Amino acid sequence: MSETPSTSKSENRSRPFRLQIEPRLSQPPGWFPAIVSVGAVVIALIIGGVLIAVAGGDPLRSYIHIAKASFGNIGVLSDAIVKATPILLTSLACCIAFRMRLWNIGAEGQFIMGAFGASAVVLIPLLPGDASPWLFIPAMMLAGMVAGAIWGMIPGLLKAHLNVNEIISTLMMNYIAISWINFFVFAVWSEGGFQMTRKFAQNAWLPRLLDYSKEIPLFRGLTTHMGLLIGILAAVILWFIIYRSRWGYEIRLIGDNPRAAQYAGINIKRNIVLVMMVSGALAGLGGMSEVSGVVHRLQTSPLAAGYGFTGIIVAWLAKLNPLVAILVSILFGALILAGREIQPSGVPKMIQGIILVCLIASDFLLRYRIHFVHAEKED
Amino acid sequence: MDVQAIINILQAGVATGTVLLFATIGELFAERSGVMNLGVEGMMLIGAMSGFSVAIKTGNPWLGVLAAMIAAGLLSQVHAFITITLQGDQVVSGLALTFLGAGISLVLGEGLSKAGTVSLLSSFSVPLLSQIPLLGPIFFTDQSVMVYIGYFFIPLSWYYINRTRPGMHLRAIGEYPAAADALGINIYVLRYFYVFVGGLLAGLAGATISLAISPGWFSELTTSGQGWIAVGLVIFAQWDPLRAAFGAYTFGALRRLILDIQGPTMLLGFANPFYYNPYWGFFLQMLPYAFTIIVLVIGSREATRKRVGAPAALGIPYIRGERGH
Repeated sequence: MSETPSTSKSENRSRPFRLQIEPRLSQPPGWFPAIVSVGAVVIALIIGGVLIAVAGGDPLRSYIHIAKASFGNIGVLSDAIVKATPILLTSLACCIAFRMRLWNIGAEGQFIMGAFGASAVVLIPLLPGDASPWLFIPAMMLAGMVAGAIWGMIPGLLKAHLNVNEIISTLMMNYIAISWINFFVFAVWSEGGFQMTRKFAQNAWLPRLLDYSKEIPLFRGLTTHMGLLIGILAAVILWFIIYRSRWGYEIRLIGDNPRAAQYAGINIKRNIVLVMMVSGALAGLGGMSEVSGVVHRLQTSPLAAGYGFTGIIVAWLAKLNPLVAILVSILFGALILAGREIQPSGVPKMIQGIILVCLIASDFLLRYRIHFVHAEKED
Repeated sequence: MDVQAIINILQAGVATGTVLLFATIGELFAERSGVMNLGVEGMMLIGAMSGFSVAIKTGNPWLGVLAAMIAAGLLSQVHAFITITLQGDQVVSGLALTFLGAGISLVLGEGLSKAGTVSLLSSFSVPLLSQIPLLGPIFFTDQSVMVYIGYFFIPLSWYYINRTRPGMHLRAIGEYPAAADALGINIYVLRYFYVFVGGLLAGLAGATISLAISPGWFSELTTSGQGWIAVGLVIFAQWDPLRAAFGAYTFGALRRLILDIQGPTMLLGFANPFYYNPYWGFFLQMLPYAFTIIVLVIGSREATRKRVGAPAALGIPYIRGERGH
């Protein structure tokens, strides 16, 4: 970009000033991208408000409701964090894949397959029903990650060796995953003909804060579960991998300049498959955390709730930084939590879409400077 | 299952495939100009919702079709602005468009599913042509007017792209925008235009669902991923309208086959396993999506072998004066 001569677009000559747009030659200061992102979200909320008003709602009350319903007291804050946990893990899945410009849109399906893998440990069963939770939880985590990794590996192999567009293939894998678990939920593991499996025994549940309410009364009724810790730990590890390891350097180099990476002798095909597997494993871990920490059974509707897609937006808003993703996913958890009570029910989804659009548009400000040039100063 | 049953499935398959036809060719126009728009699913949802909504309010399905096309066309311009003027990433912007389209259509379509009946686009048989054995019953008997519009549309779009002057400009801005620019073709305006065309056609596809093929508004299930299948079909079609049409109708027939195969007790003289094990239906439901992946594999392999590929400038924003494309 730095080689380009400055391009400019002039407004109508009769105006007293005109806009001049030129590429940035130097990096903007560190705080600038954050300000631009916050500005983009604010503008998105304003646009969303207008659309809510068009649909016959009251935007201000909707937003106040969202704020109250998600940060009003420690109970709802805990609920928001519960919603944020699966989003955090799917956004991490997107962070590493997108960093390599590998468009894994399949976190949703990998998440669902992770939930399936974890459930299989309990329902097949792969472990005796009275095994210790110290055995159950790690086994479920492993099964969830493996199932997610396999689901990510398939499009990875197709991309690396047959040059199949990963956007479409990962997306198609989402639909296949939903049919796959539907088969098991409806036919194989159905409980009494209902569209869900039996509830897991407590030794397959991730510990929740309320489990300790006897010792710490403050925790009474709080459903925040250990998945949050798993997610934060995964974010920290992922940050070190991407920004401090040799492999992370390879991933970033392939993302920024695949040709240079190839000349540097980096095996791109191998990295495509590996990154898709790690990405799938992270999303699969999210599915495990949700099924073992919240749903406690395999059931399609609460699992296929779009966490994988929200993860895409969160990753983009966090500028693909895993540590920032922790904070952003809590905000989006709050949005989704509050959204359940808002009418019309599509509002959270719409606001997510508008936020993403505004974010991409705002990237322009990071690449270009905009001046107002007064007409008098021109020749 | 006898010959008549197969004809029925193919007949319904042509109707279902018409939806994919419009969406695929719309995306094909946008991609030929160098702009990939992954927001087809969102634009189809907006089209299906606004078409159905306007048709209910006015009682006129054609006003619904018009509204669907305009609404989806307007939505496509968000993508055009971000990717052409702001030079944003086409992949992420297209994804955002899908979210946006789905979200807006859910909000504005609230309660629409039980809003009452709507007068649908008419269906009719073509005299003479419907008498042709086999082809007549499949293509020209009791089809929606949209299906017939689709037939005209295929050769027209092929002729436009390959044999007309504006079509040549379209190919030029997708393959070698710098040269086209030097010839005085306004790349920015044309790309906006073809993204708009893609939007119009995605809206038409949406309205074809909600006002003709499977009438009604069922939130996101209305399209159930057909917009994404359309994006995949463009790659399979190698950016050629005739191949796109072939792919669209084949997929339409496949979708119908999956719906209908569970009905009869006997299949080709055997007991129908899908009738006696209804849960196997879930594996049938995977087929269109699995098939899309297979079709992508075929398309990519063939493209490598024949050395044909995507428009060279696909996905790359055009910046006047920049080296390269």
